Amino acid sequence: MIARLLEGVPRRGLAMLAALLVLLLVFPLFASGYLLAIGFLILYFAFVGQAWNIMMGFAGQLSLGHSLYVGLGAYAAAALYVHFGLSPWIGLLASIGTCALAGAVIGFLAFRFGVAGVYFAILTIAFAEFARIGFDHFAWVRGSSGLFLPVANYTENDLWNLRGSPRMFYYLMLALASGAFVLCHALLRSRMGYYWLAIRESPEAAQALGVNIFRYKMVAVVLSAAMTSLAGVVFAFYYNNLFPEQIFHISRSIELILGPIIGGIGTLVGPLVGALLLTGLAEGMGELLLALGVDVPGVKQVFYGICLLLVVMFLPHGVWPPLARKLGLER
Amino acid sequence: MLEVRNISKSFRGLRAVQDVSFAVPEGAIVGLIGPNGAGKTTCFNMIAGTFAADAGSIVFQGRPIHRLRPDQVCAAGIGRTFQIVKPFAGLSVLDNVIVGALLREGSVAAARVYSLSILQKLNLDAKAHLPASSLTLPDRKRLEVARALATRPKLLLLDEVMAGLRPTECDQIVAVFRELNRAEGLTVLLIEHVMRAVMALAGRIVVLHHGEVIAHGTPEEVVRDKAVLECYLGEETEV
Repeated sequence: MIARLLEGVPRRGLAMLAALLVLLLVFPLFASGYLLAIGFLILYFAFVGQAWNIMMGFAGQLSLGHSLYVGLGAYAAAALYVHFGLSPWIGLLASIGTCALAGAVIGFLAFRFGVAGVYFAILTIAFAEFARIGFDHFAWVRGSSGLFLPVANYTENDLWNLRGSPRMFYYLMLALASGAFVLCHALLRSRMGYYWLAIRESPEAAQALGVNIFRYKMVAVVLSAAMTSLAGVVFAFYYNNLFPEQIFHISRSIELILGPIIGGIGTLVGPLVGALLLTGLAEGMGELLLALGVDVPGVKQVFYGICLLLVVMFLPHGVWPPLARKLGLER
Repeated sequence: MLEVRNISKSFRGLRAVQDVSFAVPEGAIVGLIGPNGAGKTTCFNMIAGTFAADAGSIVFQGRPIHRLRPDQVCAAGIGRTFQIVKPFAGLSVLDNVIVGALLREGSVAAARVYSLSILQKLNLDAKAHLPASSLTLPDRKRLEVARALATRPKLLLLDEVMAGLRPTECDQIVAVFRELNRAEGLTVLLIEHVMRAVMALAGRIVVLHHGEVIAHGTPEEVVRDKAVLECYLGEETEV
């Protein structure tokens, strides 16, 4: 199984991955609370970026409403915890189920009735917006006044109830991001992966070669939704408060797709590189400007925007493909 | 093997194909010819399941297939190429073919082995690891054929795969189909404008004009047919 996973992976790439993993594992031992929070965010975006990438990067279906799955996943586990004291490890089953169902409904509506391209993207936005407005009036989860998880100063990490230090959450997110990376790697080499890429490149040709494009697109959407829901669960228990206006907001959907776009859509490493660059850039910019004593409101956002613009203009396939060539990882 | 019975298709009132019937016997190579806009590709698309026929039926190996989706038609044993080539541009040539081979192969590894053997047959093996987007048009046409063959079809639908090829390339690919037909009993239905290829390959020819069959028979019969000469080949054509 492991031998199969490693087959054909360049030695050098493997060594670099191992080094990165070790670095990420020891990082919390040296990092301050602030750096640890940034580390968590990077891994969070690497994970959701990877999940989104399955749909867009592999199967070619553009979702601009992934905040729906983050939100549903977060609310499902959090509500079960607040109301019934259910462990998030049980709650996440509800999260996965809810999001898989939501993904299946959207996928079915779109793929059954031939909604594709930008229209599909609009459909995904519409569902996220339904949820945002709907949850504002959903009394069981406290509507627009927000759902709060009980917080206390935890001296011990309670992994079963996900109550504990930022370090615990960091490692949890690291496990998720690593798991997603390995899963996507395996998927790309499977029949499913080949079919997804074929559908992305030309649905008609894929269908003419015997690929049931409806089925494989459905699998991509449902899998992507289910994975994203896990990020929602961690999000809820990390931040301890949920507001429909924030979590379902379209800016959240955009935020989570920037990583894979900047890093390289459809690549395995792209979401990770993108998350690293974006979160690092955003936070670093703030620190730098603070150190320089520049205190003009909005200047950070402007710089951030310019950096994105440059990447999109000069590296249209993202940062990773040219970087991989530089590192000698291209076959 | 394939029986097309009285199929018709209109696009918003434009009758593209009307009451067309023909048969492709097992092991035969049948040519479908006719001027531009005669309805050849529309016929193909109905057989392949891309369009639903407005009327009529299509029977393949005794089983009606005119209500099947394209992927089901392919699974039933009919492979096709597209007139306007549709390579998976971002994938390598080999990966393009693997997608087709996965239909009948149990694993990606087995599909890779089989795909390489097909690329060899079509003289594309040297380019197996190049991205499909880097291929020239003749190579892209060959790739279309390779992908379709990888699904192990019993009947292969070829839509103008010789167009744009140089005569030597054309002869090469004709030889490939001949060999497949002889050695593996592959049945072929081809749309072709290159008469050189049609005459060399096809045992029977069906001529379409304005969506209707105006002649059918052996190549020799068809080229002497008055209606065909008038509307398609032209009076002075020498073959």
